[in-house]
Amino acid sequence: MELLGLYNYWVFAILLMVGFYAVIAKSNLIKKLLGLSIFQSAVFLLYITMDKVEGGTAPIIQKGATDQIFSNPLPQVLILTAIVVGISTTALGMAIIVRINEAYGTIEEKELQDQNRDP
Amino acid sequence: MIVLFAIFLLTLLVISAIAIVRVKNLFVAVMLMGIFSLLMASTFFILDAADVALTEAAIGAGVSTIILLSALALTGEHERFATANRWLPLLVVTITTTTIIYATFDKPRLGDPEAPVHQHVAPWYLQNTPELIDIPNVVTAVLASFRGYDTLGEVFVVLTACIGVLFVLGARPEDAPKPAKQQGLRHHLIPKVVGRLLVPFIVLFGLYVQFHGDFGPGGGFQAGAIIATGIMLYAVLEGETAALKAVPSSLLMAMVAGGAILYGGVGVAAILLGGNFLDYSVLSSNPVDGQHLGILLVELGVGITVCGALLSIFHAFAAREHK
Repeated sequence: MELLGLYNYWVFAILLMVGFYAVIAKSNLIKKLLGLSIFQSAVFLLYITMDKVEGGTAPIIQKGATDQIFSNPLPQVLILTAIVVGISTTALGMAIIVRINEAYGTIEEKELQDQNRDP
Repeated sequence: MIVLFAIFLLTLLVISAIAIVRVKNLFVAVMLMGIFSLLMASTFFILDAADVALTEAAIGAGVSTIILLSALALTGEHERFATANRWLPLLVVTITTTTIIYATFDKPRLGDPEAPVHQHVAPWYLQNTPELIDIPNVVTAVLASFRGYDTLGEVFVVLTACIGVLFVLGARPEDAPKPAKQQGLRHHLIPKVVGRLLVPFIVLFGLYVQFHGDFGPGGGFQAGAIIATGIMLYAVLEGETAALKAVPSSLLMAMVAGGAILYGGVGVAAILLGGNFLDYSVLSSNPVDGQHLGILLVELGVGITVCGALLSIFHAFAAREHK
């Protein structure tokens, strides 16, 4: 039971590295971008895992209720804004991939490198 | 019981992440990404982060899937190469995973109230928010008031990313030949009937999330994304032309810039009234009322910018499709 308290962190480690694997090993640019999104989500999971307090509740203070325990609001604020920024940057990456596809006719890293070698 | 459910969700997250990386068809990968985001949102909710769960559900499972699909329509959906040299990356990834997991044994257990992260400034925010800001949702208070600078920066990142997408893909020039009238899904009966019913309620819910953000989970980021989803659904159903008629791109541009200006303007107004930048206490004779007014305006600015930016990005991809 003691070790179960670390399960969230293990899932974070695995997700982080699954995403990283897609970024370094996959040839398809969209696959790389999806990998980057998984990587990003893993970091979100790490932060949100840290905000949890045993027996706590979402940090919304109810008038009159005393001796409530609240989870930590700070990591939540950081991640809330990070999610929106994440989709914006993913969209920018997708836009660049679309243009690469129009200019080179492929989004596979290998074919792009071959085209560069013999112009 | 909740622990078992959390472990089930986390395990599903790992499985779907591995499936996203392994699957050859990119369409399937994008749909799995939506499922991944929904699982992530549920996990956030279990971890007491209601605001973050709402954001992840609206953005990750909603907007992001639509934008990825509209980009996929332009690039083709098949991954052509198997991974050639997979052993080196696999080795690197395995070693790093093992190292990180080894490092986690020093981390405080989940929910430990004695963890260092709960000892520093967090108790101060929880204690002083009722007195200084007097709104129930501490996350909104920190987001819009205590850490207003940070949020202003994030809004400008969204604005910059939107400008970047429009530069890369090119906004449609006014005199360009109008694309053939899109039919959308109008000839499919069920999406048409159900979708048209849903659109107004999605937008209404978005407005509720926007203006109820002080009291419950919600705020500008979530609301902007939800309203954008509603209008994207309309665009999918009725065709892009109809959606651009309802919300023209000139209005979208004004929204993207106007929201950011509204946010910054509140900060400048605070300076002119003798306070510090983004110090809302001076906006009204009563400091707490000033905070309420400031947070309302700032959240509105965030919502307008996020909604405009996401819709502009969607239209930039969709317009390219029909060239």
